[in-house]
Amino acid sequence: MGNQHRSQIEADYMAQVRSKRMMNGILLIVFVALFVGGFATANDRNAGGFWNGLPMLFDFPADVISEAISRAHLIPGYLAKYLPSLIETINIAGAATLVGAIVGLVFSLLVTRGLAPAPWLVGPLRRVLDVLRAVPEIVIALVLIFILGGGPVPAMIAIALHTVGALGKLFSEVNENASLKPVEGLASVGASWTQRMWLGVIPQVSPNYFSYALLRFEINIRASAILGFVGAGGIGYDLRNTMSWGQGKFDEAAAIFLLLFLTIVIVDQLSSYVRAHLTHGRTMSEKLA
Amino acid sequence: MSVMTLQTRTVARFRRKRMMSFAFPVVILAYLAYIAVAFDMAGLAERASLENARTLVSDAYSYKIHVTRDNRNGAVDIAIEGERKGRYPDGESPDWVQIGTETIVDLGEGHVVTFGPSQVSYAVPGYGLIAATPGSGGVNAQFPAGAIPDWINASKNRVAITTEAGRLTITRNRSEVFRYFTGWELFFFTLDSSYHGLGLGGVLNKAIHGEAGEIWSDFWSNKMWRHADVAWALFETILMAFLGTFGAAMIALPLGFLAARNFTPLRGIRFAARRLFDFLRGVDGLIWTIVLSRAFGPGPLTGALAILITDTGSFGKMFSEALENVDDKQIEGIASTGAKPLQRYRFGVIPQITPVLLSQILYYLESNTRSATIIGAITGGGIGLLLTQAINTQKDWEEVTYYIVLIILMVMLMDSFSGWLRRKLIKGGEGGH
Repeated sequence: MGNQHRSQIEADYMAQVRSKRMMNGILLIVFVALFVGGFATANDRNAGGFWNGLPMLFDFPADVISEAISRAHLIPGYLAKYLPSLIETINIAGAATLVGAIVGLVFSLLVTRGLAPAPWLVGPLRRVLDVLRAVPEIVIALVLIFILGGGPVPAMIAIALHTVGALGKLFSEVNENASLKPVEGLASVGASWTQRMWLGVIPQVSPNYFSYALLRFEINIRASAILGFVGAGGIGYDLRNTMSWGQGKFDEAAAIFLLLFLTIVIVDQLSSYVRAHLTHGRTMSEKLA
Repeated sequence: MSVMTLQTRTVARFRRKRMMSFAFPVVILAYLAYIAVAFDMAGLAERASLENARTLVSDAYSYKIHVTRDNRNGAVDIAIEGERKGRYPDGESPDWVQIGTETIVDLGEGHVVTFGPSQVSYAVPGYGLIAATPGSGGVNAQFPAGAIPDWINASKNRVAITTEAGRLTITRNRSEVFRYFTGWELFFFTLDSSYHGLGLGGVLNKAIHGEAGEIWSDFWSNKMWRHADVAWALFETILMAFLGTFGAAMIALPLGFLAARNFTPLRGIRFAARRLFDFLRGVDGLIWTIVLSRAFGPGPLTGALAILITDTGSFGKMFSEALENVDDKQIEGIASTGAKPLQRYRFGVIPQITPVLLSQILYYLESNTRSATIIGAITGGGIGLLLTQAINTQKDWEEVTYYIVLIILMVMLMDSFSGWLRRKLIKGGEGGH
């Protein structure tokens, strides 16, 4: 009896394992087929094929580097020349992150259940955030360039709108973990909604806010460089100009590559240092509390 | 600690807090003021074009039909948005235009424009009859008595009349009327399709009677809206995101092992792998896109590779961090049953990290759909290309609106799809392996 029971369990178990392996195998085959088929499709639609292009992959970087080396003495001058554009790119990202974070903060408080002053607005405002997050920056930027003319402002607005969507959602997730006790305490002494949020919620969540905003700043620098490339000013615009003049200007392009690379790496390192410090500091204070 | 020192410390701390709460907004305001100057916000009003904004908004939800008379030979041409693709066949016209020796264009609400053999007239209710005889001597327009109102712009060779019903422009060679309609013109069928103007009921009726295939092919090959091309472009964008994201994940996984402290004891290899990730991430997606499009030319493959290379850096970093956080107990347990190294990885490590990796990969899949739109605009592939082309014409704003709506829907769809898949796979993955 016991033996039979055991063999029954064994058989069931093996059958389950087999069906699971089978499912995993089928999933793997479907995935590989999709991947290979997709690659072949993309390859067909591309102007140059993958295998033709592969040997040429390093031609352009080699051109740029050799030109940069042959005119290495000019590079410091170029770096100085394009520094203002770089600052503009960083400013676009900075202002967009700042404005986006402030508006996103207000949004996040309005869409967090338990904190929202108007609960019926939570759903619709969340959809607004979803839409803001879904629109790629380039869409808003190109439309705004048509209306406002080229320059940094369209890029700033475009990135800020996207930032509102992204940070609004992240901030509201942070808000959900905030303790409601200070809010209730403030409510009991007759504080208004603004006072409850400003004094009861913000102090709890601000380290996380900062951490997310810094991460967003990193992302926004990249976005601002890309938008420059489609006509919104900053270093991306200069990059496109130096590239479109073709050979002979690649030393300037190399200088811009260098500036962009250094900026991204420095901001990346700085922000991860500060973020580690912020969250570390928070856990420390939590431990102490 | 005495009461006094506690008090002084508390007071000092309060003072610092108060300082901070004032200083912080001041710093923000100062920075924003600096931005306003640096970005020349004051000059924005001059550079901004309200005219462009108005065209954009009105074009996004309305269209116009041009009725044009060539004053030299008397031929009348009716076309939607003045485009060749939207031209009415000769002799056909919408019901508010009567073609004959006299062409009568009824703009509604009493506004009637008449193209006579030699004379063009426009009866404006509440104002009177404007008549013009375009010819070699100019437009020769006569207006009702009194000062000419500001919605009429008249000179010797050109008269433009803009009313709430439409717009009439007369030059020596051409008389042209625009009538505005709400909606997107010819969205379903173009004029050369026999299904145009049938209405939903009529089309459904024909579909039931076995014409569904023709109806679909007429819709799908609509020359004005190019539904087939748009669908393909959306597919291409998603394809770029898919290939880039999963390609990057497949390359980053083995590299992630090389960069993880607990799997690669050799410091040099670890260092090299980490610097490679930093380099791939640091050279921005924009630069990769440029470099790759020089080698592979424009197209979706270039976009997919650009996403792949940038994300290999991000994934490598995240995967190696996830691998460093792996719990050793499971690996030891597997090892105690006599498992070989490869089996230890398969049953001790992979089940632990799959949920983390999968959720990161799927999160990136959604965000890369957006990146693919942007990269497509630069390399020329997918919906990003269609969008930039439509924006560059500076007049097809209804198409731009259409593409924007599609892009938003696509990204939101990918968002919920990846969320669904994440829940499904991770819940299923917890059971066993």
